[in-house]
Amino acid sequence: MNKISNRFDFSRRRVLTTGMALGGFGVIGLAGCATGQGAGPSIGRVVVVGGGFGGATAARYLRLWGGNIDVTLVERNPQFISCPMSNLVVGGYKQMADITRGYDSLKALGVKVVQGDVTAIDAAAKKVRLAGGTELAYDRLIVSPGIDFMNEQIGGLAAALDSGRVVHGWKAGPQTVALRKQLMDLPDGGVFAISIPKVPYRCPPGPYERACMVAAYFKEAKPRSKVLVLDANPEIQSKKALFERAFAQHYKGILEYRPNAELKEVAGSVAKLEFEDVKADVLNVVPPQRAADLARSAGLININSRWVGVNWLTMESTAVPGVHVLGDATFPAPQMPKSGHMANQHAKVAAAAVIQLLKGEAVSATPVVMNTCYSFVTAKDVIHVTSVHQYDAIDKTFKVAPGSSGVSAGANQIEGRYALSWADNIWSDMLG
Amino acid sequence: MNVWTMALALVAVGAPGAVMAQDANLARNLAATCANCHGTNGQARGEMKTLAGVPADKIVSMVADFKSGAQPATIMHQISKGYTDEQIKLVAAFFAAQPAKK
Repeated sequence: MNKISNRFDFSRRRVLTTGMALGGFGVIGLAGCATGQGAGPSIGRVVVVGGGFGGATAARYLRLWGGNIDVTLVERNPQFISCPMSNLVVGGYKQMADITRGYDSLKALGVKVVQGDVTAIDAAAKKVRLAGGTELAYDRLIVSPGIDFMNEQIGGLAAALDSGRVVHGWKAGPQTVALRKQLMDLPDGGVFAISIPKVPYRCPPGPYERACMVAAYFKEAKPRSKVLVLDANPEIQSKKALFERAFAQHYKGILEYRPNAELKEVAGSVAKLEFEDVKADVLNVVPPQRAADLARSAGLININSRWVGVNWLTMESTAVPGVHVLGDATFPAPQMPKSGHMANQHAKVAAAAVIQLLKGEAVSATPVVMNTCYSFVTAKDVIHVTSVHQYDAIDKTFKVAPGSSGVSAGANQIEGRYALSWADNIWSDMLG
Repeated sequence: MNVWTMALALVAVGAPGAVMAQDANLARNLAATCANCHGTNGQARGEMKTLAGVPADKIVSMVADFKSGAQPATIMHQISKGYTDEQIKLVAAFFAAQPAKK
């Protein structure tokens, strides 16, 4: 217990110091207070690209933990719109306003938030260029670019998405609104089909949750309509038994699940599979995915021509030094899902490491990350999957801690309430 | 690169206790893995349990009960098994030292 007490005291001292520095009453003195935030000279400039679960969390924790550190967050959208919970909007159980948050609290914390598009990363000169020509210099760069789509793998998909006839709804925002509108316009008796790509893709349980939400809407409002789940995979990829139970218990006669149903081509309202054509009034295609365009143009993609390899102690790219990459864009450690929750955890590992690297200190050798994904199977009943991942120094990767990986015993309303609270807490943890 | 080499050297030594003793931020970093649900620094919102300001021994015993199954849970019986007892003690001490409200 003595050891613990010592650590406890040390932690408390450190927190108090950070708190005072943020409040502008630092004990180090005001010399070199160039940034107007905190006291003492800045320990460095960090640019964070992407204001989602990874990037926003990194920006916030750099300020919370780093004291006097210059943090600039570049995000193309004026507000954050959450993918988690967006299926509730698709089903009609939440509004867009419920899944939208601003960046004002981050600004108040001293993060410089710039709305813009990063067009190039010059890792040699340590600067990023924005559309319009602005350049931002950095000592360390954190990129949380998310995913982009490999539309070229499915015939006719790019044109169908461009025309708006087909939606993906896999980046929350206008696509979420468009999908909801298509469902509302659908006459009773119509068919909704969702195409799921082969793994890996963002949010493994997401497509099955969406199928449930659309089926729940149909059950209430359009009982003669059907949901067709066209899965390129041989089976449900997350919480399998729980989703199967939900399909049978709540949506029998409404929802049909088809494994090994890989989409080959989109032609009008027809989804062409290998051996059959499926006609759908609303066709929702979740396209195959890779790390986002910025990762590709910056030379960060170095695994399977799709994903970014990282050093798990620092989240630094294994391709481009000085650039740390978070979230869905990374090539995952074993059983590590592409989720907003995990991106938030990546961000904390990166924030801690970047601060220590800027200070010339050793980075933590024993990081831990964990994941929780809640999925709604009805408007109120929820199931979860969770896991804790401990760093393995020998294999230099995160590994799932024995016993920590599991799912709900069954769908239940208690977890329905926890899921909403999870969203509230994680959005606040990333944005303040 | 020096820092990085140093980190690797620490790993290479291989004694987790020795590494942890030199990692002043370990408790803070571990506690941050809980923040997605329990709020930044354990200051939770909504229906999640606030951990900030809760006595350390109480947190340790709660987690132990989740691990053993003595305390039924929706999810904590799984998550609690992902952390070592030593890690839980660090996390508990960190949360105990946080102000209960922002």
